[in-house]
Amino acid sequence: MLMFCCCLLQNSELFTLTYGALVTQLCKDYENDEEVNKQLDKMGYNIGVRLIEDFLARSSVGRCQDFRETADVIAKVAFKMYLGITPSVTNWSPAGDEFSLILENNPLVDFVELPDNHSTLIYSNLLCGVLRGALEMVQMAVDVRFAQDTLRGDNVTEIRMKFIKRIEENLPAGDDQEERKMVFY
Amino acid sequence: MAIFSVYVVNKAGGLIYQYDNYVPRAEAEKTFSYPLDLVLKIHDEKVVVSFGQRDGIRVGHAVLSINGVDVIGKNTADGKDIIEYLKDASNYPVSIRFGRARLSSNEKLMLASMFHSLFAIGSQLSPEVGSSGIEMLETDVFKLHCYQTLTGIKFIVLADPRQSGIDALLRKIYEIYSDFALKNPFYSLEMPIRCELFDQNLKSALEIAEKAGNFGAGS
Repeated sequence: MLMFCCCLLQNSELFTLTYGALVTQLCKDYENDEEVNKQLDKMGYNIGVRLIEDFLARSSVGRCQDFRETADVIAKVAFKMYLGITPSVTNWSPAGDEFSLILENNPLVDFVELPDNHSTLIYSNLLCGVLRGALEMVQMAVDVRFAQDTLRGDNVTEIRMKFIKRIEENLPAGDDQEERKMVFY
Repeated sequence: MAIFSVYVVNKAGGLIYQYDNYVPRAEAEKTFSYPLDLVLKIHDEKVVVSFGQRDGIRVGHAVLSINGVDVIGKNTADGKDIIEYLKDASNYPVSIRFGRARLSSNEKLMLASMFHSLFAIGSQLSPEVGSSGIEMLETDVFKLHCYQTLTGIKFIVLADPRQSGIDALLRKIYEIYSDFALKNPFYSLEMPIRCELFDQNLKSALEIAEKAGNFGAGS
């Protein structure tokens, strides 16, 4: 049991180091925080479009009936599976199309401190891209951004997700287009 | 072989992977002397038997090889027209292998997109909302099983009707796809899958499925 825990710890440190190396290299290459944020989002998108299939293959969740179900699946199943954390889902908008994921701890930023010259860098922006890419593959267009970030002085890390629309063109053959509307509370 | 083939169709209906796991049983190789007592004709770029069924050679069987060398369309391997070749008495005795013509890759591509369209029609005909689409197509010699993922990719397996455990096999193929195709950074989405590891793992999954679910089906 102890060896198993050590193994996990070693894996997450390599993961933190790898992600850190990626971000610092991007900073050197682009020298502009906005550009780095964009690149991280793009890379995250490419990861997301592939990760979704792995997630669906392994978790056997069915199609979510509404955005609330989507939020729950993301927080309780997906985040747990890939990052080992379970963020909480809060701050639903009145229309039910926007919510926040509050992360108590973020494995990507273990041991990280942002220097002053990178104050606008969104270090974990990869996550936003991953969520956007993954949901796009199941026909949901969403906007994902960091509302709060512990690296920039906030108490918690908050990811805000907003549902934009269903992507009709890529509907898998046969998905009933009139009947399957997103239900908002 | 109880599992005959695997097809993977992308969102747009294009075939991105195909694997055949069977050897057609109905093939006959015979040596003939002049004159040939079978009537041959050209059909779809192949030379097929139109009259003269005997000894395992049936109407509709195509010429597969002449004297051991596989034919290419309606010409022999060295480019001679087969019908002309067989009219010439000096070429006899000749050994010809007949059998059910295998589908060419273009034909498979066409059939895959046709199935994709049928699948869409099938779901639209559904009286209930949220139909899974065509899951199985059954004939007397094979069953076609289909699984469409939430992202629109279809995994199709053609198997012996008595073969069980195909649902689990379809899920397993989905896992293999998400591992060896998607996690390969050099594989682009929606493109034909040309990954060695995917092939290898698919073949072993098929072997395991055949051994596990095969009750009484002759090989």
